[in-house]
Amino acid sequence: MLIFNCPHCGVAAEETELSGGGEAHLKRFGPGCSDADFEGYLFTRENPKGVHFERWRHAFGCGKWFIAARDTVTLEVFGTYPAQTSEPPREIFDRISEKRPGWSWCNLSGEA
Amino acid sequence: MSDLSGFEGLVAIREVENQGMLTVRGDFGSEVLRAAVTGLTGVDFPGRRVAHVQGARGLLWMSPDELAVLLPRGEAAQAATRLAGQLAGVHALVVDVSDARVHFEIEGRVVRETIAKLAPVDMHPDSFTPGELRRTRFGQVAAGFWMADERTARIFCFRSVRDYMAGLLTVAADDHSEVAYFRK
Ligand SMILES: [Zn+2]
Repeated sequence: MLIFNCPHCGVAAEETELSGGGEAHLKRFGPGCSDADFEGYLFTRENPKGVHFERWRHAFGCGKWFIAARDTVTLEVFGTYPAQTSEPPREIFDRISEKRPGWSWCNLSGEA
Repeated sequence: MSDLSGFEGLVAIREVENQGMLTVRGDFGSEVLRAAVTGLTGVDFPGRRVAHVQGARGLLWMSPDELAVLLPRGEAAQAATRLAGQLAGVHALVVDVSDARVHFEIEGRVVRETIAKLAPVDMHPDSFTPGELRRTRFGQVAAGFWMADERTARIFCFRSVRDYMAGLLTVAADDHSEVAYFRK
């Protein structure tokens, strides 16, 4: 059972109060982009074993979207932050680096 | 309609009649919005996850940009029009949702346990205190609730699932189902 702290309303919300929204920090490619970029935007996902960033919505609660950083193997949660954030906050970066030295995800990594 | 009038169980369950409710969305930083809703209800503007309620009037913090305004049912439609007028110049939305909500009051010794059986909320007295507003699910449906005091809680949900909620509450408060988890 996953429990995430919703950064909007402060509730420690368990999984059944939330709905998942897939991978976070996607860059949207729209009209005018190349076919390859559009295909990547639509279909290509990290699907990692380990550190992952996902969008979640506090569906039965405040209704807001947030992003969760967690480990897909251990279900350890590194932190949550509002969806209106283009990249993970420094403290989340540091927490992951402390616990998973040398981690990387998409174009992010512990060395950044 | 599941009938609550003959129900006897671990808590008393009552459907609250004549409760009006407006949904207001807007910028909580706006003085215009704050003054308008507090003026309408006579209670302080609520902080995060707080319910300020006096009788049939109150303000419930529903999200960082959403309030539920409690009013007597008979005043709700006019109040919505007036409030929308007062907020015409600011980024806000007002809807009278009185017909779309139903309110239940549960009262008795095992109010915390009745809620804990139905919602994924830590109802321990150290975690959840009277005056806190919580939006969550009860069984399979969205609901909100607050405790007025240690013995009384108010639960509200969509009117379309009124019978489901009444059924949930009566089962959770069945006379023979006490777990006594929170008994001190
Ligand atoms: Zn929330």
